Amino acid sequence: MSIRAPRKGENYELSVDLNSEYREKRKDAIKRTIASMTVGKDVSGLFPDVLKNMQTDDLEQKKLVYLYLMNYAKTQPELVILAVNTFVKDTDDPNPLVRALAIRTMGCLRAEKIIDYLCDPLQKCLRDENPYVRKTAALCVAKLYDLKPELVIDNGFLEQLQEMIADSNPMVVANTVAALTDIHIAATSQPGTSSSDPGVFNITTSILNKLLIALNECSEWGRVAILNALVRYVAQDEKESEHICERVVPQFQHVNGSVVLAAVKVIMIHMRGVRREDLTKQLVRKMAPPLVTLLSSPPEVQWVALRNINLLLQKRPDILQNEMRVFFCKYNDPLYVKVEKLDIMVRLASENNVDALLSELKEYSSEVDVDFVRKGIKAIGQTAIKIEPAAERCVNVLLDLIATRVSYVVQEAVVVMKDIFRKYPSTYEGVIPILCSNLDELDEPEAKASLIWIIGEYANKIDNADELLGIFVDSFTEESYPVQLQTLTAVVKLYLKKSDSSHGIVQKVLDTATKDCDSPDVRDRAYIYWRLLSMDPAAAKAVVLAQRPPISIPRTTVAPALLEELLGEIGTLASVYHKPAETFVGKGRIGADAVRKGGEVDDQFSTQKALQTVVAGQQAENLLDFDDSTGLEGQPSGLAATEVFAKTPAAANLLAGTSSNPLDDLVSIFGGPADNGGASSSSLPAPMAFNLNGSGSAFGAVPISPAPPTPAPFSAVPQSAKPQQQQQQPQDDLLGLF
Amino acid sequence: MQRQMDKDVLISRLYRTDFKRSIADVFRIQVVSNSDVRSPIITLGSTSFFHVRINNLYVVAVTKTNANAALVFEYCYRFINICKAYFGKIDEEAVKNNFVVIYELIDEINDFGYPQNSEIDTLKSYITTESIVSSSIAAAKSSKITTQATGATSWRRADVKYKKNEAFVDVIEIVNLSMSAKGTVLRADVDGHIQMRAYLSGTPECKFGLNDKLVIDKNEKGGTDAVELDDCRFHQCVRLNDFDASRTISFIPPDGEFELMRYRSTSNVKLPLRIIPSVTEVGTSQVQYTVTVKTNFNNKLSATNVVLRIPTPLNTTSVDCKVVTGKAKYVPGENVIVWKIARLQGGQECTLTATAALTITTTRQVWARPPIDVDFQVLMFTASGLIVRFLKVFEKSNYTSVKWVRYLTKADGSYQVRF
Repeated sequence: MSIRAPRKGENYELSVDLNSEYREKRKDAIKRTIASMTVGKDVSGLFPDVLKNMQTDDLEQKKLVYLYLMNYAKTQPELVILAVNTFVKDTDDPNPLVRALAIRTMGCLRAEKIIDYLCDPLQKCLRDENPYVRKTAALCVAKLYDLKPELVIDNGFLEQLQEMIADSNPMVVANTVAALTDIHIAATSQPGTSSSDPGVFNITTSILNKLLIALNECSEWGRVAILNALVRYVAQDEKESEHICERVVPQFQHVNGSVVLAAVKVIMIHMRGVRREDLTKQLVRKMAPPLVTLLSSPPEVQWVALRNINLLLQKRPDILQNEMRVFFCKYNDPLYVKVEKLDIMVRLASENNVDALLSELKEYSSEVDVDFVRKGIKAIGQTAIKIEPAAERCVNVLLDLIATRVSYVVQEAVVVMKDIFRKYPSTYEGVIPILCSNLDELDEPEAKASLIWIIGEYANKIDNADELLGIFVDSFTEESYPVQLQTLTAVVKLYLKKSDSSHGIVQKVLDTATKDCDSPDVRDRAYIYWRLLSMDPAAAKAVVLAQRPPISIPRTTVAPALLEELLGEIGTLASVYHKPAETFVGKGRIGADAVRKGGEVDDQFSTQKALQTVVAGQQAENLLDFDDSTGLEGQPSGLAATEVFAKTPAAANLLAGTSSNPLDDLVSIFGGPADNGGASSSSLPAPMAFNLNGSGSAFGAVPISPAPPTPAPFSAVPQSAKPQQQQQQPQDDLLGLF
Repeated sequence: MQRQMDKDVLISRLYRTDFKRSIADVFRIQVVSNSDVRSPIITLGSTSFFHVRINNLYVVAVTKTNANAALVFEYCYRFINICKAYFGKIDEEAVKNNFVVIYELIDEINDFGYPQNSEIDTLKSYITTESIVSSSIAAAKSSKITTQATGATSWRRADVKYKKNEAFVDVIEIVNLSMSAKGTVLRADVDGHIQMRAYLSGTPECKFGLNDKLVIDKNEKGGTDAVELDDCRFHQCVRLNDFDASRTISFIPPDGEFELMRYRSTSNVKLPLRIIPSVTEVGTSQVQYTVTVKTNFNNKLSATNVVLRIPTPLNTTSVDCKVVTGKAKYVPGENVIVWKIARLQGGQECTLTATAALTITTTRQVWARPPIDVDFQVLMFTASGLIVRFLKVFEKSNYTSVKWVRYLTKADGSYQVRF
């Protein structure tokens, strides 16, 4: 090989060596062939030559030839037929390793032509005296089902597998369970199967007992398979549920994290049937230490565990009550682990541990990763909202952070402060001057919008509110839309609170917003305010200064019905993503199938689930977006909804088109003016959309016309305002304004 | 499932029909070439990539189903461990030189995507390399192997014989510490594992006892030196039902080395080293360090391989360090002062003083002050206070066996002191 030989020549050389009379040379040639195959070279041309070496006593050589066959069987089906004889002969070999190898490989060939020859040997191997061969054959049935289900059914392999659950060897039982589960999933996900089909693998009471016995004796991976099967079992009565829990609990002590999580899953499911208070308590208590121990696993396993702990805490917040400290982030934890830990820390926060939590969260604000720092600061806000007695301490920590004058820290802190003001109105007014003094630091829209909201909200308590807002009004056209919207609302609030000193500024902002702004959203809002103010300041007050619904931290981030379903999926991808499997596997099947599945349990359950699935389906592309922004935003409030909604051109019409009961609708639109920014825009609240849809369109034509607010639109006012029952006379000074 | 590395797929094995080898290209674009990967699982459409990075290699598992994520990662790490046991290391060279064995291995430990026997000891009895040779596999012997690989004690051969029956028990504890700048302990816990090397003939039945509080409470009404273990997890040879019922650790050990148990302890953790840092920023051009290390154990014991990594600001130009014990030098590439002390006797105390000179920068970003990281080892010391009470070996032939116990406490990247 001194000169680069053309590929053809290389293969030729191999072919010569494969046909050599010396054993060692042939074996070496096979190895080289496999090497070429591994790096992606096409060596399929050597098929006949390699095949000649199949009959050998050398197990290693046999494995290599089989490996080659598996790779090329699909492209060379005619030639594979030549190998069939050897395969069939090998399944009769006295050496069990050879028998198992032959049956394993035949299952992997995936060539149509060879499948028919597989059945007889498989039949034999399923009854082999050696457990190693039996366990390999069991999985081979699943392979066959994957290729040609009819063959499995016609040959009675399913019945045979079901018998094998009673096998004396635990490994055979485990593989049988794995194979049956595999087939069961494939069969039930087939769109053709009718609901009358009982399914391939139904676990009966007698199977249950066999599984429980095998559980303690088989390999770690086998345990996972068996535990997964136990989840599907429906306990007959309370006693049986207790029995299952008691038998599974020892698995918590297993060294393999996936066994532990699978055991947790079984307990969570079968605990539903346990009514004895003390036993439930005991089970929950036993669950905590193994969950904590998972945190000393490698980071990837840790992350899976954390995502699952997050789910478990939503169902049973008491599991890890006293363990918050173990979730403190280590400096060298990967970011994805840290973010999950933060979330869990907030979940576990209580009056007892809040001090430790706060000093820890404060520490994170000096870390390097900006995203993590921001999440840490958000967590402080969440803590403040969650634990009222600690709110003041949280505010003090935030003030400390603002004092660092690190730009992104200050900005995030301002955003968080806004939420605290929402939760505890008029409590921390002393902080406002400090926030305002950082006005120049802010360059992010969300932070700016938050500060403007605060200024607007407390306009009557801030002496120089008009000055501060004036800054934003002056630069109005350069700001981003969320900031513009917020400025608009804040100025109107200021006007409603201190009307005597702010004529000028409100006039200016309405003027700019309606004339020079290119966002229909901003323009529309300006028109609405303008009209409200000119016609009915009292209504304007009711709308703009309306009491906002209080915000709170939701205890769960997934709907209760979905949570129940996900608990049955602990350890799987679905539990990691907190989304039903349908959203990321298969063709996104929803509808009949999903509803039927849920219907067995509870009607309400199923409709909720269907709704959830649809919502989740819409976000399917954002699977990787783990940003649980839902944390702070209690209810997706009006603005978020309208923002999303306004993205379609038709929506602009609807937005303005509110006539029959404008107060209600307007409140629903502006109820919580803009304090959510766009953060929750990912969740489109369907009911809100319907609400807007249903209303008429008396104002409809006006706002979308690009014409400036000449007196013309106002001539329409008395007409369109008719439906308003308690219309008041427009105030003189306001008319003067226009 | 497949395994691949920086640019090219090194070796891959497809267990199901729904993928082609070319799926690796997608992974390369999405993960390998992406500098900002924020999750160990990536799902694109309905395809999920699970990846674990080791050295320059990625071990990747790909699926289109709602796979068991915990199992996949545990399996990836098991695969890595098996490779280490076979080739001593896992890197590009090892994979390229041993691809035949790796194919054999991955076909043995996984079938159709379901993990099978992954006990290294058993695997070594029938998958061999030049370094791991077992005598030729005759048919008769094969059936022995297969019964072992599937049997109730899949981890042990029946015909083990030793002239001298010995068992070595190593109690290894890793201390995790995170201490605040004020010197309060935020979190201190011990991850312990008990490593056993059993060279015992026949099928020995072992019983193992610790000064674990729960056991002692049951047996002799509390002892003063009892240790509270938060949680323990066992090798699959330990009968979990027995442990659950009576807290006894009984098992038939695998032949050779294995990890008997892992445990976690959080109460009364004895911290072997105390670090007292004092770091002051003098204006914007200088940082002064005084870091003192105090030992906190018996005078007869000593800490070895003590390494302190003391962070410096990013704009450090040079550091002037003074130490009496050990060696200290500034490593600009990592922005740390590395202070190595080969041996530190119990009761000893030593101090480092250093001054870091800084360049003037325009950004007024505050220095993040990452924690000081300390690595060390202390022999014959357990931070949890755990002691092996007994190890009893029962065998049919009733031979006497010799048992040895060693204790080691170490810190490895997780003993952190903020300042």
